[in-house]
Amino acid sequence: MRALDLDYMLGLVPVILGYVPLTMFMAVVAMVCALILASLLAVERVVRVPGLDWLVILFISFFRGTPLLVQLFLFYYGLPQVVAFLTQINGVTAAIMGLTLHFAAYMAEAIRAAISGVDRSQWEAAHSIGMTQSQMMRRIVLPQAARIAAPTLVNYFIDMIKSTSLAFTLGVTEMMGATQKEASGSFLYFEAFLVVAVIYWVIVEVLSQGQKQLEIRLGRAFAR
Amino acid sequence: MIRVRGLTKRFGTTTVLDDIDLDIADGERVVVIGPSGTGKSTLLRCLNFLDRPEAGLIEIGSVAVDAARAGRRDILALRRATAFVFQNYALFANRTAKQNIMEALVTVQGRPKAEAEARAMEVLAETGLADKADSYPAALSGGQQQRVGIGRAMAIGADLMLFDEPTSALDPEWVGEVLDLMRRVAEQLQTMLIVTHEMSFAREIADRILFMEGGRIVEQGTPEQVLGAPKDERLQRFLRRVG
Repeated sequence: MRALDLDYMLGLVPVILGYVPLTMFMAVVAMVCALILASLLAVERVVRVPGLDWLVILFISFFRGTPLLVQLFLFYYGLPQVVAFLTQINGVTAAIMGLTLHFAAYMAEAIRAAISGVDRSQWEAAHSIGMTQSQMMRRIVLPQAARIAAPTLVNYFIDMIKSTSLAFTLGVTEMMGATQKEASGSFLYFEAFLVVAVIYWVIVEVLSQGQKQLEIRLGRAFAR
Repeated sequence: MIRVRGLTKRFGTTTVLDDIDLDIADGERVVVIGPSGTGKSTLLRCLNFLDRPEAGLIEIGSVAVDAARAGRRDILALRRATAFVFQNYALFANRTAKQNIMEALVTVQGRPKAEAEARAMEVLAETGLADKADSYPAALSGGQQQRVGIGRAMAIGADLMLFDEPTSALDPEWVGEVLDLMRRVAEQLQTMLIVTHEMSFAREIADRILFMEGGRIVEQGTPEQVLGAPKDERLQRFLRRVG
């Protein structure tokens, strides 16, 4: 047992913080894309477009049924060999793609359940005033489903942020990659990884506070 | 002018609407009465395809739809020619009272927002809820919610307003204010088709009363005829029961 090198740890904090923007960039872009894709998948699962349904089921099944790391390798190392226009794909893009598809599959199921949780009378009221299916979804059903799904979706976002660390296996120098480099220079692995762990932790804690605010906001219409 | 011919609806092997014919003149107020489970609500819900009828012709204003062949556009056209008031209010939970009324005007009718908002405030004033414009449904009483529900239907300017037991879910204390509002709608010569168990209200407001049983219109006429001198034995029995 040796003492922790606190000076080294303190010095490392700003270095790793410098990579927070890239980590958050990947997480936010992937989250936005995944939300859009997941909403489309979820709506399809609810209204069941003939001919499309089996494809959506297959998509969800595959991206839930295989490890994220395998999917990332498939996109980054595998796809360029078979799809010509992907030869230039960089690590960040591949990571965002992988995270998007993987989390969209999970989130689609959460959103589908939330849509089913919206009272049937809301659908009927929307129909009765002559809304089209897509107007009803966009303006009435999905906003109400969002409130139901919000806590789950924030959890996925938290998972997403932590999962960006896998991008380092694609050669992306994000928080994890940077820490790895620093540690292999100093040999102070425990200190280095402890610092990065705490930084991830703090980010997630800040978000959890935001989650409470979000739930209050989304619940405003339903407060008595 | 509303014209319905041969309207038929089955749930599985049960025939809920059995070859219904019905004409309603512009501005006419028709009340449907009858025991529960006889297809009263289904009749209303089939007219705007909340329930899809198997067969029948439906003409409402300038819209004519053959139920057996109705496509998405036909259904939208019918729904836009009608307005529906639900037993359980069914206000949009994520919209304020004002936004509930504006929704159809802006999203469906494509009216400018400012115009829709002005119309919504006008309607809210008529329903006596101008001060609740920015309240969400969850913050309103049952009676207030139903008045917004009626306001939402009024604002559309539909050829036919359908009321599906609008006071049945209400605590007794709120029934009066909702019926008052319906009287005001009637004064505006709005064509109305109302399913209700409020017999004295039916007697007062109806130009014509339909008595339904077993998916058919068994007897119809003025309130005096139907309630005062019922001919059909089932109607007599029903009236004795509801007293």
